[in-house]
Amino acid sequence: MSDAPILEASGLHLRFGSVAALDEVALRVWPGEVVAILGESGSGKTSLLRVLSGTVAPDAGEVFYRDAAGVLVPVHVAGEAALRRLARTEWGFVHQNPRDGLRLGVSAGGNVGERLMAVGARHYGGIRAAAAEWLRRVEIDPARMDDLPRDFSGGMQQRLQIARTLVTRPRLVFMDEPTGGLDVSVQARLLDLIRALVADLGLAVLLVTHDIAVARLLAHRLVVMRRGRVVEHGLTDRVLDDPQHEYTQLLVSSVLAA
Amino acid sequence: MSAAPEVASGGTLAGYNFAYLDEDTKRMIRRALLKAVAVPGHQVPFGSREMPLPYGWGTGGIQVTASVIGPDDTLKVIDQGADDTTNAVSIRRFFARVAGVATTERTADATVIQTRHRIPETPLREGQILVYQVPMPEPLFRLEPRVAETRRLHALGDYGLMHVKLYEDIARRGEVEISYNYPVMVNGRYLMSPSPIPAFDNPKMDRMPALQLFGAGREKRIYAVPPYTSVRSLDFEDHPFRPGRADASCALCGSRETYLDEVVTDDRGGRRFLCSDTDYCAERRADR
Repeated sequence: MSDAPILEASGLHLRFGSVAALDEVALRVWPGEVVAILGESGSGKTSLLRVLSGTVAPDAGEVFYRDAAGVLVPVHVAGEAALRRLARTEWGFVHQNPRDGLRLGVSAGGNVGERLMAVGARHYGGIRAAAAEWLRRVEIDPARMDDLPRDFSGGMQQRLQIARTLVTRPRLVFMDEPTGGLDVSVQARLLDLIRALVADLGLAVLLVTHDIAVARLLAHRLVVMRRGRVVEHGLTDRVLDDPQHEYTQLLVSSVLAA
Repeated sequence: MSAAPEVASGGTLAGYNFAYLDEDTKRMIRRALLKAVAVPGHQVPFGSREMPLPYGWGTGGIQVTASVIGPDDTLKVIDQGADDTTNAVSIRRFFARVAGVATTERTADATVIQTRHRIPETPLREGQILVYQVPMPEPLFRLEPRVAETRRLHALGDYGLMHVKLYEDIARRGEVEISYNYPVMVNGRYLMSPSPIPAFDNPKMDRMPALQLFGAGREKRIYAVPPYTSVRSLDFEDHPFRPGRADASCALCGSRETYLDEVVTDDRGGRRFLCSDTDYCAERRADR
């Protein structure tokens, strides 16, 4: 990990009417690091992800992203064109529902190839080879490359979404409950896959989850949120094994043992 | 109609302004045209008027023609390459009556050519204006149904979606399956619909010496390609653009280079191929 953070946010405030979704939130993510944002429904974790990725403008506060060239990009000032460029080159998004991240009417190969073509790949054979390679990496049989994702199972769709996101080798990936809605065995395999790929590619990941097991398995660091505030943060094992804040203690103690 | 229409001096219909449209409307359309020429391939909105023919019959083209034509111009109108089909004949007669301009069927003699779905085979020269009738100006409309979103994609030059469509065609059928209205990049910036001309005609648009104007009446859009502007058909490096053409020769003039129409002659599989450009075909026969 290098010294300069890849993503830096400070003083974030966001209100929905009388509800504070974000209240004085600050966060830093370093290259190659997986940070999980943990909290119950309505704690502001998804709002935080949206603000950090530039989809929603905060009422106050700043978000900076350091791009591959080392230039500091002010996410909410840079403008839509710059954000779109980042979104298709240096960033990736993995949505909870693969239908939000995939084109269901376009073949699996086309889904993976879209990001390559968006950044200027114009060699059909090259795009296809890259797509086949990535399908293999996410454990989808390349023979199914020309099938439509709507005929895939939920787990396969989610793996396809990951292949589509990672094919352009982003530096920072935003994941919103990537294993939500999958059954337990599929979830375990997907987590394994994500963990291997993240380590392999040295990605920085911002992961939103309400599932402590997912956070423990994937994240280096944890940020615990409640009612729009960060109540606790630190190394994953430290936070989960020795929770300081009463809310974190409650979260940890309410995990069901199998 | 009982009585013959009243004819004013100069041979045009009385009670109508020159070229049918009022001067304010023409000026509005010319402003849109100037902007369109300044930003090649960019769709400029304009206040399309009701015209005395239905949408889909060339209301956009006819308004553009009415705005650029002058008394000294010579007009040619073609429909699918032919000078003698209903649409071409009625639009040509319309301008002869409301503008009193000379009309011709010869490409070389015309200064303004309004066309539906073809580019003449005879190469166009500087000073000529080619006016296209456009049913759907948005090249992305089958891929992205939201108009606001397509505008955003144009603004950001974000055309990966179009390439996904080409990729899918090749993956499924081995080649790009677009035989007409084949999308082009204009001046390396804007993705543009060339109107439903056959892909065969696309290369003629590239660096054409004539001015190309496009009018979409129902969709209320105007766009343009100025003379000598680069117009490139989208493709892949290893699947280059191939303009398609029936592998046959014209039954009348014998040409093997022109774009051909297939004409079914009986119900036992009989067919023959004819040049779609009737003027070009007739000239070739006259030369022999």
